[in-house]
Amino acid sequence: MTEKRLLRYNRLAHGLLSLAVVAGFLAALCVVAQAWLLSVVVNRVFILRQTLTDVLPFLFVLLPLAVLRALFVWSGDVLAQRAASRLKGSLRQDLTHHLFALGPAYTRGEHSGELVNAVVEGVEVLDEYFTAYQTARLLARLAPLLIFVVVLVLDPLTTLVLLFTGPLLVLLLALIGSSVKDIAQRRFQELSWMSAYFLDMLQGLATLKLFGRSREKIETIRAISTRYGSTTLEVLRTAFQTALVLEWGSTIATALVAVEIGLRLISGDIVFDRALAVLILTPEFFLPLRQLALKYHAGAAGRAAAERVFTILDTAPAPVGGTQPAQGRGYDHPRRAPVTRSDIRFERVSFAYDNGQRPALRDFSLHIPHGQKIALVGATGAGKTTVANLLLRFIEPNGGSITIAGIPLSEIDPATWRSQVAWVPQRPHLFYGTFADNLRLAKPQATQAEVVAAAKAAHAHEFIQHLARGYDTPIGEQGARLSGGQQQRLAIARAFLKDAPFLILDEATSHLDAESEGLIQDALDRLLRGRTALIIAHRLKLIYTADQVVVVQAGHAVQAGTHRSLLEQGGVYQQLVASYEGGGR
Amino acid sequence: MSTLARLLKLIAPFKWWVTLAVWLNFLAIGASVGLMALSAYLISKAALMVNVSELALAITSVRLFATLRAILRYLERYFSHTATFRILTHLRVWFYRAIEPLAPARLMQYRSGDLLTRSVADIETLENFYIRVIVPPIAAALVVVLACLILGAFDGSLALALSVFLSLTGVALPLTMRWLGKRPAGQLIAARAELNAMLVDEIQGLADLLAFDQADAHRAKVLRLSDELQRVQEQQALLRGVSNALTVLFTSLAALTVLWLAIPLVSGGQIEGVYLAVLPLTAIASFEAVQPLALALQQLEASQAAGRRLFELIDAAPEVCDPTESASLRGAHAAPRATRPAAKTWRERNGVESKRVTKQSHSRLEEIASSSYGLLAKTDTDLTLAFKDVHFRYHPNDPLALDGVSFTIPAGSRAAIVGASGSGKSTIVNLLLRFWDYHEGQITLGGRDLHDYRADDVRALLGVVPQNVHLFNATLRDNLRLANPDATDEQIKAACHQAQLHEFIAGLPLGYDTPIGENGLLLSGGERQRLALARAILKNAPILILDEATANLDAITEEQLFRSLESFMADRTVLIISHHRVALEHVDQVIEVEQGRVISG
Repeated sequence: MTEKRLLRYNRLAHGLLSLAVVAGFLAALCVVAQAWLLSVVVNRVFILRQTLTDVLPFLFVLLPLAVLRALFVWSGDVLAQRAASRLKGSLRQDLTHHLFALGPAYTRGEHSGELVNAVVEGVEVLDEYFTAYQTARLLARLAPLLIFVVVLVLDPLTTLVLLFTGPLLVLLLALIGSSVKDIAQRRFQELSWMSAYFLDMLQGLATLKLFGRSREKIETIRAISTRYGSTTLEVLRTAFQTALVLEWGSTIATALVAVEIGLRLISGDIVFDRALAVLILTPEFFLPLRQLALKYHAGAAGRAAAERVFTILDTAPAPVGGTQPAQGRGYDHPRRAPVTRSDIRFERVSFAYDNGQRPALRDFSLHIPHGQKIALVGATGAGKTTVANLLLRFIEPNGGSITIAGIPLSEIDPATWRSQVAWVPQRPHLFYGTFADNLRLAKPQATQAEVVAAAKAAHAHEFIQHLARGYDTPIGEQGARLSGGQQQRLAIARAFLKDAPFLILDEATSHLDAESEGLIQDALDRLLRGRTALIIAHRLKLIYTADQVVVVQAGHAVQAGTHRSLLEQGGVYQQLVASYEGGGR
Repeated sequence: MSTLARLLKLIAPFKWWVTLAVWLNFLAIGASVGLMALSAYLISKAALMVNVSELALAITSVRLFATLRAILRYLERYFSHTATFRILTHLRVWFYRAIEPLAPARLMQYRSGDLLTRSVADIETLENFYIRVIVPPIAAALVVVLACLILGAFDGSLALALSVFLSLTGVALPLTMRWLGKRPAGQLIAARAELNAMLVDEIQGLADLLAFDQADAHRAKVLRLSDELQRVQEQQALLRGVSNALTVLFTSLAALTVLWLAIPLVSGGQIEGVYLAVLPLTAIASFEAVQPLALALQQLEASQAAGRRLFELIDAAPEVCDPTESASLRGAHAAPRATRPAAKTWRERNGVESKRVTKQSHSRLEEIASSSYGLLAKTDTDLTLAFKDVHFRYHPNDPLALDGVSFTIPAGSRAAIVGASGSGKSTIVNLLLRFWDYHEGQITLGGRDLHDYRADDVRALLGVVPQNVHLFNATLRDNLRLANPDATDEQIKAACHQAQLHEFIAGLPLGYDTPIGENGLLLSGGERQRLALARAILKNAPILILDEATANLDAITEEQLFRSLESFMADRTVLIISHHRVALEHVDQVIEVEQGRVISG
């Protein structure tokens, strides 16, 4: 199944692979011709007592034949690699495309180390699978047949030896091979797991040190690595046993043929040149099978990796979520025209994480009129972030509807919609690259002046310019040396640079100290002016500026109104504000 | 020392395994040469229509060689791979052990995606170093000697011709390939590492990429790198193809030349005709030994590149060096020991009524927890913390992160450090934790310089709730137990209760056994911080440091948290890094920092 799908995945790759096999077959033809000519020469000199000059024509044919065979070998290698490259390229392209379609909900849920392993190492494993295993597999069907026919012509009796040992070996190969598959799958899982585990340990070294546990992990790594080694050895041992049987079958067949034709030579049943040719060709009959056996674990590993890759590719994007347009009516014609008014409505929206296991929103309704700023307040885990995720279409509601100016959000092309949204997340991901690169994420064509202006507005400029290489300083993994406030200021700078009409601030000011918060407040006021905004706030200052405050509790909007009217109502909001005033500012 | 020498030194403990693999390899190929030579002799002799009895020895030997060949091959493969996996484990442990002292200070400049490639993939690349680089050349040399001795017995010119073609295949060809393959091998590893980092970014930063509509741009980058990788791989395949083709060509030419030279000798009577078939077949069989050599050198390049990267990474001098002898004064050792009696007391007290504990109300749990943790603080150790005119910068080119910081936090008191982002608050914690070392000024703990203690001993005294929490891809319980491997389930529950996390966990379908995903991605910011707090409580250290520990919590939760922590903080030295007034209400002194200086204390 997987094998066929893989072979047919890319037609060009399949074609190139076929050509590689043809080249291998032609090389085998050369081998037959070489064996025959060699036998003729030896026969003429040894039996017929001819001299060098008598056999010189044969030797002169042998010379170009050797060159021709080498050429076929070379083109076989190159063609097989081309085939593998094409296949890997198209798989990678589809994988990276599909990951975006699956969206953050999928990549967060999966172990990202394992995902990376499947996408990078998993695809790489297919290289050897194609160049080594598939060519060997296809050649193992053709070349022995050729040798068999030749031997049949030269000496029909010897084909009995081949007929007896050949299929026996094929049978043994199939028997042992089937058990290799399961273990290879386990090996691949273990490799993925080992990578994820090692990465986790390396990333968490500082934490392990905090608790004085970093050194004892040496033993854990030793134990896991040893187990990984023994699993791999288990796979290989089976492969070695297959090779042992095949090798023994092939060598003992050579010995049998030598003895059999030796005895028949004595009785004069066979002439010497034919006998020698048959002897030389006997190992060649088994060679493709033996080579296939050696590649068996590459084959099993490739199949296991392919299954993992296809599992990702076959995961249907949860209704929407990524770059794919919505299902249903909007699927064929997603709206690409920008929505001019950001009048947003949530009507009885429900959502639960983990396939409905963890409810986050229940019958949640919200109205964000165009040009207004709505603040969501509530305890941690009340569902505020889920509202932002739904609006960004990282997740799709399980029930209810979200509309923008009356148009269902699901009918708008996600990219078109997101181009109108600036998002300041809790924890921005900082990418491999410089500070400037990371800010330009929001607007790749931004000039240096625009980048600096945005950084200045977000008060990120101050700390960036103090760095040794300013905006060209590379950001370390996860921005390790940046404080939470600095990371968030970068996220705010990105929002400034993007300059979109709708803004989502997700706890944007929670990490900032008093000083920056004051400065950023001005900046945010400017940013918010003339825009529609959803603010997930923890600070009173942001709440004061909001046109409406919505209190979220356990996935419901429990209270809504202006700051003042809510205060008068009492209830949850009053408690929240009391603690903000007592604890905040 | 060269990379090659260091790699060889690394496997020095495995030299007997390697020797075994070499001999088995040689004997297996030798058996194959013997099989072909004897078979050819057998039928040639038979062609002379001799008596069957004259062939008896040859017949037996042919069968023996056939069987020996297969068995030797199996043993060789089995033992060399066993050795390889042992070496691999040895390498992984060696690498981790080397990298452990470098964290986190020296690792910041690397990306963990890159580290993954380095540690896992590079170490596995070294697998080839032992199987395909070291063993084949030595075994090949032995086979060449054997084959040349056989041919030389008939005529020196035959041995000479064979040795020429064998060395062309085994030495000249690999060296040429090495020269041609040098660049692609390095490029291959670099391209793979970069593609890997890009894919890590794609998977971990997917939300950001989508929100900024950069999916297409990023995808284009990934595909460009993927194409680059393919290009390098096809370049390598071109070389590999040439190498394989020339090996085949030289084998054919060797057989042809030997035959060509032998024919006049047979005609001239120097060699018996019965041996004519033996000679080219022996030559062909001996090529099995030199065939893997072309690949061996290519693998050597890859191994050296991988080895170089590993060595480069671990050769960085650790940021923090431990003193040869740790100050074993009151501060360093008394306190960690004190945790044991405390834990014992806790178990003793609850041993009898352990069944009832689960049914007890939360307030009872809290009481148990606080009373047992309270024990520790009573140990009469002087844990006064003092900074005296400390200057520090992360990198010689960076500006000063701390510019003459001085303050004292008396044992048992509480202090808050406040200041803007980047003012140096977190640096103070990094220095206290000895993740970095200060070079100017002095930090003292219990009157002794921090440098006098082993870093581990200092850390044992500090319970830290860091700003960026790392959570391991394991269950909640495993992540909590990290702080105290001996903690009982009841202790874990009590700590979570104090950290205001128990209710959340209890509400999960799997409770404490819930897996939290890679770096705890399934938890919210507030949950992560409370988990970190629960860890600090479980650690039960005499000094508590809260580094922006409540930044992701809403005001109500935060206030509740501090109230709930009151009993835990009692009699402990507490350092709070925060700007919230909530926090400031609970402290004895406020130290305000700005641009690496204390502006009020």
